[in-house]
Amino acid sequence: MIALLIVAQVLRISVPYLFAAAGGLLSERAGIVALTLEGYMLSGAFGAAIVTYYSGSPALGLVAGVAAGALLGSLHAVATIRFKADQVVSGIALNLLVAGGCAFSLRLAFDSSANSPRITALGDGLGSGLVATLANPLVWGAFVILPAMWWMLYRTRFGLRVRAVGEHPEAATSVGIGVPRVRYLAVILSGAIAALGGAYLAFDQHKFTDGMTAGRGFIALAAVIFGRWEPVRALAACVLFAVAETVQIRLQGSTALPSQFVEMIPYALTIVALAGFVGKSAAPAALGRNEG
Amino acid sequence: MVGDLLILSFGQSPGAVFAMLLEGTWGNPYGFGQTLYKATTLIATGLAVAIPLRAGLFNIGAEGQLAAGGFAAALMGLVLPAAVPWPIAALLCTIAAVIGGGLVGAIPGALKARFGASEVIVTIMLNFIVLALLNWIVASHLHIPESLHTPEIHTGAVPRFADVSSLFRGSAANVTLFGAIAVAVGAWWFLFRTRAGYELRAVGLQAEAARTGGVRVTHVWFITMMLGGALAGLGGVNYVLGYKHYYEEGFGSGAGFLGIAVALVGRNHPIGVIFAALLFATLSQGGLAVNAVVPKQMMDVLQAVVILAVAVCVPEVRRILRTR
Repeated sequence: MIALLIVAQVLRISVPYLFAAAGGLLSERAGIVALTLEGYMLSGAFGAAIVTYYSGSPALGLVAGVAAGALLGSLHAVATIRFKADQVVSGIALNLLVAGGCAFSLRLAFDSSANSPRITALGDGLGSGLVATLANPLVWGAFVILPAMWWMLYRTRFGLRVRAVGEHPEAATSVGIGVPRVRYLAVILSGAIAALGGAYLAFDQHKFTDGMTAGRGFIALAAVIFGRWEPVRALAACVLFAVAETVQIRLQGSTALPSQFVEMIPYALTIVALAGFVGKSAAPAALGRNEG
Repeated sequence: MVGDLLILSFGQSPGAVFAMLLEGTWGNPYGFGQTLYKATTLIATGLAVAIPLRAGLFNIGAEGQLAAGGFAAALMGLVLPAAVPWPIAALLCTIAAVIGGGLVGAIPGALKARFGASEVIVTIMLNFIVLALLNWIVASHLHIPESLHTPEIHTGAVPRFADVSSLFRGSAANVTLFGAIAVAVGAWWFLFRTRAGYELRAVGLQAEAARTGGVRVTHVWFITMMLGGALAGLGGVNYVLGYKHYYEEGFGSGAGFLGIAVALVGRNHPIGVIFAALLFATLSQGGLAVNAVVPKQMMDVLQAVVILAVAVCVPEVRRILRTR
């Protein structure tokens, strides 16, 4: 019984990472740095919580969360593609914008700078067991999204174009691919997908809390890099990080393993990976470069 | 303009709120002093980003480096006996801060030089690691019961402006401001008047050309990142020696990240950084001043808009200049 509960817990913790990593992977494979993942998630959580609260419909909230992520994605796209702003700077500024904007709106709407009122969620009343967890469409959606991303990248025309603009935009242009168009699509889609992870968080906690993503976007980015920008490896990395987190939660209170060290695992592994086996060749060649 | 909209959305008059913002920052002794106090840290973190950017390196790790510097300074202040006169102690604490921040900066520098690892990613990841590590050390070994901070330093506290003049009554502004300005001037001299500074800028402009010209590019990368870390670490003394006299979890409160904005708006020029630091210090202190009528988070949004605007306009301006 307890084993099943633990498995369910790992699955639930993985969900936000999986969505965010899928979004990050898509953006980075198209050559646009995805430091905005944190912001995508937070805006997704905020959109979902606010609209669910006012409409009473979690489904509508989910749509709103995705729309908020797509909107932020399009801001990042316009700044970096149209105006050729530095991708890292744009990402950091947008994260700050979302963090400030959500807290601001929270006070505007509920006169509280900490959290929203309680909301109903998708899959409410099912409990936290394995079956209930699996009954949540967002949970299995999260586990399908990265394999689907693999299929899209390697088996579809759009995927081929994404890879082309991320590896060699000049060559892509020379065979008639509209590089900006592909990148716009990839980045906006990336925001929408990552926002699903944030929306799940809001539903899971039944409210929006200021700063509730708490660095998960960066952990997802770490998973993308640790997974060498490959969907299936990124999925494995997300689950690995989720297992570490679950172990830490289960061991809470025991002094054998200070929680701070578990927190470090994704980040430390990423640095080791960057220094060691990932190397330069794994990253999309045109990542971070603005063309023209 | 964005600020106007945000204020209107809260049913307040923009003019009145901006007047309140100015009064709360430059208009009264406490606000003025607090603005200068905040600017001090921002000068340090701004330089920590600006100097590496001159070499083409993006240091996003100022937050962790700042914390490491502050922690090292607090540790030094605890180790030194109270009998050590404060100027000597303050100097030793400052050296400790420089070493603490420099060590954290050296890691991405070494990984970049040795393996070509992206300094952007490494510094981001290192922020989380350094903060978690320091939290652990403080929480399990050094904290005062019922609190999240270390004991007060025995010696090394520096005079505050408020001790000398009523112009700064009650504020935390202190002599480290002069230190920060001196360091900025020193950074200008280093960048534009020394051979090493010239090589650093050459690497930033055209790494390949610099290599052909005989510059050891990887060496410059390593030294520059370490220097960036040391500069951010220096920012820690403002809080530890000048304000609270202890290290506390989260004392940087985003000053490291704001350093990116400061460097950008200051156009990566050490003197520009001083003025940009004053601007962003005014915004963040101003946020507190108007918080009663408009949420202080408005200032976060404004700061983000400023960063975005600069990031968007700079390449645009450059392109216009080029096509002329």
